[in-house]
Amino acid sequence: MSAQRSEELNTLVQEALAAIRDAGDARDLDAVRVAYLGKKGHLTAQLKQLGRLPAEERPAAGQAINAAKEEVQQALEARRESLESAGLETQLVAEAVDVTLPGRGQDTGGLHPVTRTLERIQALFASMGFRVAEGPEIEDDYHNFEALNIPAHHPARAMHDTFYFDASRLLRTHTSPVQIRVMENEGAPVRIIAPGRVYRCDSDLTHSPMFHQVEGLLVDEGITFADLKGALHDFLEAFFEQRLEVRFRPSYFPFTEPSAEVDVQCVHCGGEGCRVCGGSGWLEVLGSGMVHPKVFEYCGIDAERYSGWAFGMGVERLAMLRYGVNDLRLFFENDLRFLRQFQ
Amino acid sequence: MKISEHWLREWLPVDLDTQALAHRLTMAGLEVDGVEMAAPAFEQIVVGEVLECSAHPDADKLSVCRVDDGSGEPLQVVCGAPNVRAGLKAPLARVGGVLPEGMKIKRAKLRGVESTGMLCSARELGLSDDAAGLMALPADAPVGRDLREWLQLDDAVIEVDLTPNRGDCLGMNGVAREVSALTAVDVTAAEPESVAPVADDRVSIDLDDGVACPRYVGRVVRGVDVRAESPIWLQERLRRAGVRSLGPVVDVTNYVMLELGQPMHAFDLARIQGGIIVRQSRDGETLRLLGDDTVELRAGTLVIADHQAPLAMAGVMGGADSAVGDTTADILFESAFFAPDAIAGRARQYGLHTDSSHRFERGVDPAGQVRAVERATALLTAIAGGEPGPVLEQVDEAHVPAPRDVTLRAARIRQLLGMDIPADEVVGILERLGMTVTAEGDQWQVRVPAYRFDISIEADLIEELARIHGYDRIPETRPATPARIQPQSETQLPLSRLRDVLVDRGYQEAVTYSFVEPGVQALLDPDHPPVPLANPISAEMAVMRTSLWPGLVKAAVYNRHRQQQRLRLFETGLRFRGALDDLAQEPMLAGVVLGPVAPEQWAERPRPVDFFDIKGDVEALLSVSGRGGAFRFVADTHPALHPGQTARVELDGEPVGWLGAVHPQLQGRLELDGTAFLFEVRLDVLQEARLPAFEPLSRFPSIRRDLAIVVEASVSAAALDATVRQAGGELLQDVILFDVYQGKGVGDGMKSVGIGLILQDLSRTLVDSDVDAVVDRVVAQLRHELHAELRG
Repeated sequence: MSAQRSEELNTLVQEALAAIRDAGDARDLDAVRVAYLGKKGHLTAQLKQLGRLPAEERPAAGQAINAAKEEVQQALEARRESLESAGLETQLVAEAVDVTLPGRGQDTGGLHPVTRTLERIQALFASMGFRVAEGPEIEDDYHNFEALNIPAHHPARAMHDTFYFDASRLLRTHTSPVQIRVMENEGAPVRIIAPGRVYRCDSDLTHSPMFHQVEGLLVDEGITFADLKGALHDFLEAFFEQRLEVRFRPSYFPFTEPSAEVDVQCVHCGGEGCRVCGGSGWLEVLGSGMVHPKVFEYCGIDAERYSGWAFGMGVERLAMLRYGVNDLRLFFENDLRFLRQFQ
Repeated sequence: MKISEHWLREWLPVDLDTQALAHRLTMAGLEVDGVEMAAPAFEQIVVGEVLECSAHPDADKLSVCRVDDGSGEPLQVVCGAPNVRAGLKAPLARVGGVLPEGMKIKRAKLRGVESTGMLCSARELGLSDDAAGLMALPADAPVGRDLREWLQLDDAVIEVDLTPNRGDCLGMNGVAREVSALTAVDVTAAEPESVAPVADDRVSIDLDDGVACPRYVGRVVRGVDVRAESPIWLQERLRRAGVRSLGPVVDVTNYVMLELGQPMHAFDLARIQGGIIVRQSRDGETLRLLGDDTVELRAGTLVIADHQAPLAMAGVMGGADSAVGDTTADILFESAFFAPDAIAGRARQYGLHTDSSHRFERGVDPAGQVRAVERATALLTAIAGGEPGPVLEQVDEAHVPAPRDVTLRAARIRQLLGMDIPADEVVGILERLGMTVTAEGDQWQVRVPAYRFDISIEADLIEELARIHGYDRIPETRPATPARIQPQSETQLPLSRLRDVLVDRGYQEAVTYSFVEPGVQALLDPDHPPVPLANPISAEMAVMRTSLWPGLVKAAVYNRHRQQQRLRLFETGLRFRGALDDLAQEPMLAGVVLGPVAPEQWAERPRPVDFFDIKGDVEALLSVSGRGGAFRFVADTHPALHPGQTARVELDGEPVGWLGAVHPQLQGRLELDGTAFLFEVRLDVLQEARLPAFEPLSRFPSIRRDLAIVVEASVSAAALDATVRQAGGELLQDVILFDVYQGKGVGDGMKSVGIGLILQDLSRTLVDSDVDAVVDRVVAQLRHELHAELRG
């Protein structure tokens, strides 16, 4: 290949590379490609002129032209990529958003703290095989009192300020009638908890005319008071998620015998004595006991064969202790500022 | 029940300090409410005697006294009390002494006169509220003796909150018996001695109702000095028990009640005409009670009457006319056993509650009446003299509660408690509680004294054992949990799932009262008369809700008044419908929505919530059961809702719920300041879920065809949908209503509706002719049924 020819080719390549460098966008770049590598392009023209060369010069010249074409091709490719990435860059910058602006759409609501607490209690007892049972809220005297061994004029009735509709119908004062209904219908064995609304004709700082209880009942062969102690201790520690002292105190409920009041070490002060526990270090949280044989009798269950225990707890009380709520009335005002705290 | 620790220790020598004793009582079921000292702290207060008393030269109301403090050197004390006089004995605070509030007594000059000490009222010593004058001490009070020591004021008063089953502990004798069992220390107090009659005064006693009053004991005491002063020790014991001193006769009856648990009464013998009759009240009878209230006696009230009229309400309160007064000379003691059933609830009927009714309701010792009368006679004659007659007793033996025999099995103890209690401990506990125990192999025959009204079966005895042995000494075990899978219906949706749907859609759960204000109730659900409470706590909570709306609306208003613009509340709970005899207590899920549809936002224009937002929420609720398609929304009217924006929700033609906008006319009356939307659906239908059943999937492509039709505006979407589906046949998989337009280009009273048809076959790819056939059928049917035309 002559020096002149070589020089010419080199110049062409340099021109092409310069044009590629100068191409500002994909269209410019394509024009450059057509000008040099297109059918009528400069480099293509060089190839076409090969035939005019002596045969022995052709291979070397062809090689040189192809190398030049390749160089231009690569430069084109590189430039195209660089232009594309710059374009993407610009697009990305233009599309950037302020990610700290709030997201669009609905906010999430929340459950009432009583429901939240109830669901927790239910889940804990479900893990021990207790299923949920429910009963009517307008009850009859028989299920609310009589069958629970609380006859008319019994002094224990004074402990229940009862809302009445007439002589025999009332708003249930506890969830205990559900015990009776389940045992009446299903006999033994029984393993239930009965959550729900209960009503007492009493309203002040620490009493609400409506509140929630969870009743528990376990009836089977070989069920003992020692089991009751173990189960309720487990429950209280699981509920509060901490190791706690628990004490059982003799008490009186007409439908259990023996009966026990259950105190838990104050979850606020750890038993040191504080405002929450009234300085005693203990919180009364549950009533419980072994099912009274009379109650079994009312429900047609053989008290010689079966034994069982029952317990009842105030849901608002547990929720107050768990979440530090200091005013019972907040539960029924439904103030959104209060409710939202339990999301 | 307030227990003086000193008094208790007179009954038995307890080897426990106050705190330990209180703890033991609490842990035995006699819950200690508090422990207070019999007197607040004070120092150097002694018995003083006023020797001389003269007027202060420069002050009208002050006296200058010479007071003997036992030192031999009388002190000059200036005193302002009206009752100060020579010869009076009263507490004297010496110089250097300290009063309860911390005031130090110093040498002082009062209006120029030196005073070295202070004579005190009961109030100044924190012993009572009596500030009328100096605390008069009895004539035999030892001058110079430290008052605390002399009155044994370093005594703890343990207040026990007794459960209603423990009437037997409403006297010191019962408390002592209990403590004896708890500490295994024997009671050492002696039985009261009987007092021999010195006269033969008798009063006839007739028991008209032996069931209500099977035992009545009376005793006449003549020539009682009702002006005598009760001794200070007796007054102090009454005070520590929270009972006021009211003269010797009443003090003695109260003291015996506190000591033996037997309420007593004393009549002025001169006011009894003929004799005593214990009988039921008669129609129209009235009784003027102590304290001067006259009550009309109701049927079922047991009275103590003479041959003329009722004298007292038996076991509750005495009458004013026969009460012991200043002029009384002769009295009749009453010590009776009234059956708990005859007294229970009676006092409450009259708005009364007395120490007496409290005890009789719970049951007093049916064998303790004579003992109480003997004790009272001994005390009264010692204090106020008098000549006692014989003890007069009328008994209806058949109705006197008798001791009960109960069998106790060792095996049953283990079965109930999950532990054994050693045989000797069983016997020891029961005997100290006053029972007679006979061992018979591995069981015992236990004779339970009649005063333990709470013990009649084996379980009662086991509770006694557990209680005294100590609940804290019963082990903790875990009940055997059956390794049995619990049935769980897949077609029953848990309530929590439905709650979560609403919570995720921005709803806050509320819990509102089940009783509501009748007016609001009537506005929101006038068609269902609510069940009223017989004794509502207030007018705002007088009737049972027939819908959850009243409570939710109230909660919404409450929050709007607290600047909450956007409200979405829901509640689940029972509604109460129908008459009391035919009452349905149905679980419902209801909601109220008010304000902007979404939280205020930078990106979206705020828009008030509308019907279709709520409907979307209700549809979401309906569809979690997998049965969304089974429900229908039917345009209807409801008295509380906007007539043009109300839908009844139906399942299989049965109404199961409502949704809509609150009627504009009601908004103001409900205090709502904007358009609120309400919904309420029966929870049982929401929870009934569909068990999924597989249907084969088509491997062939689906084809969509969109139709634009014009139809009368009154034709409902539901009607269009139903018509299209009916005409579509098997190939039609789904119908999408994608556009509704009214306005320019569509004739008046007409609307244009865009409907997408999704077509698919299980076994082949559809060709144009298949699709055209379906479309033609649909268009023809729409035209025929609903006069719809394809939009040109």
